[in-house]
Amino acid sequence: MPYSDKVLEHYNNPKNVGTLDKNKKNVGTGLVGAPECGDVMRLQIEVDPETGIIKDAKFKTFGCGSAIASSSLATEWLKGKTIEQALEIDNMDIVEELSLPPVKIHCSVLAEDAIRAAINDYRIKNGLEPINEKA
Amino acid sequence: MNTNMKFPIYLDHNATTPVDKRVLEAMLPYFTEHFGNAASRSHPYGWKAEEAVDYAREQIANLIGADPKEIIFTSGATESDNLGIKGVIDMYAKKGNHIVTAVTEHKAVLDTCRNLEKRGLAKVTFLPVNKDGLIDLNQLEDAITDKTVLVCIMYANNEIGVLQPIQEIAKITHQKGALFMTDATQAVGKIPVLVNELGIDLMAFTAHKMYGPKGIGALYVRRKNPRVKVTAQMDGGGHERGMRSGTLNVPGIVGFGAAAEICQKEMNEEAKRLKYLRDKLENALLQIEETYLNGHKTQRLPHVSNISFKYVEGEGLIMGIKDLAVSSGSACTSASLEPSYVLTALGVDSELAHSSIRFGLGRFTTEEEIDYAIQHVTKAVHQLREMSPLWEMYKEGIDLKSVEWVQH
Repeated sequence: MPYSDKVLEHYNNPKNVGTLDKNKKNVGTGLVGAPECGDVMRLQIEVDPETGIIKDAKFKTFGCGSAIASSSLATEWLKGKTIEQALEIDNMDIVEELSLPPVKIHCSVLAEDAIRAAINDYRIKNGLEPINEKA
Repeated sequence: MNTNMKFPIYLDHNATTPVDKRVLEAMLPYFTEHFGNAASRSHPYGWKAEEAVDYAREQIANLIGADPKEIIFTSGATESDNLGIKGVIDMYAKKGNHIVTAVTEHKAVLDTCRNLEKRGLAKVTFLPVNKDGLIDLNQLEDAITDKTVLVCIMYANNEIGVLQPIQEIAKITHQKGALFMTDATQAVGKIPVLVNELGIDLMAFTAHKMYGPKGIGALYVRRKNPRVKVTAQMDGGGHERGMRSGTLNVPGIVGFGAAAEICQKEMNEEAKRLKYLRDKLENALLQIEETYLNGHKTQRLPHVSNISFKYVEGEGLIMGIKDLAVSSGSACTSASLEPSYVLTALGVDSELAHSSIRFGLGRFTTEEEIDYAIQHVTKAVHQLREMSPLWEMYKEGIDLKSVEWVQH
């Protein structure tokens, strides 16, 4: 299957691959997907406690090129956003930006789930209620 | 880099093979000069075509140790599988309606059997396989009843290259009074396949897996001890001894014949050379931590290797090794997300099945290409593992089975 140039660009030069210290209070970690389904994404955010702005984001992904590109793009978009702004990222924005074909839409859904899981992990650590409903 | 390599390097010879130039040359006159219909008896155009078909039939029969009259030309192995299975069920309906086959068969066999079952024309037993991909002969024996008319077990598996013990299977089948059919698409032309020594009654195979053209295949149908007949599945002019109607694809048949003759002459040397290259590739890749061979280590075709690279997803890996044309046991491309049913049948974890790559070497594969492939795959696996959360967890000693995954 041919991939879009943007997927290839993220796959060949993924942005923000890595690991943040998951034990830090201002780091939120989201781990979504399952190995037997062929997709696992781990997305982490580090929030500036003063400003509430996401100052760093990292990912590691087990999956196809579209899954890797979706998570790479998500980390790029997260940096510099507030938690509220981050919650507004919709999977269809990722689909559009990367020109994902219909069979790869689940990769973008997984990336959105990973963002929300990371945010909720951060919220719980800081004594806040997790957000269940889509913003 | 001073190289003769053509990119991407083709390592998917179990999917199809290029037409050998010698084969193409043999075919060309039969498109233009000698274009006759092999069934035209009244003029030299027809005679020339018929002569060419007879010669090719002999070349193909020689390769498998058969009589030329036992070769029925079809459009390919899928049609041969359909004709063999449906044709036997129709022809021997009075004797019984039970088929024994295996879960790792090609879809052309599995879906043909399911179709007969769905239409109430046959009952089918699908034998399981062990972790090496082999069926159990005792289970086979137990599965055959007095209603069994056909046992259909593939010679070599298309995903893992595992070779079933055909001779023993045929013997058990005959002792129980049924016919034995094999889909030998991956084996013919690669390893010696002799129908009389092995006791094969029907056999499906095709030209394009042995450096011949696409669109031409054959069904071997035994004529003596026992005399086997299949009911035609298409009505028409009664070609191929009434078993398969349709104007013969003369250039295709000529190519099939030429390909068979080359295979017969060069098979032993080629198999030796490819096994050396395959083993070199396989041994190097199995040196990488947490990689696993799928299927039986030795009872296998010489030119194929199916390896799982744990903690790396197959489709992602294929993208990372873009200089190689290979295929993956991961079906992430289809919406189903189901990994290969063959690997699953071997008891391979879905996670490992998603991480599998099939390397299929062929006549024109060079050692330079294999050396390149080793470097390229090794590098890509390391890079993707650096990006894999599962690899990191494994390295931290976390048992992935103990993790509660958020399923999609």
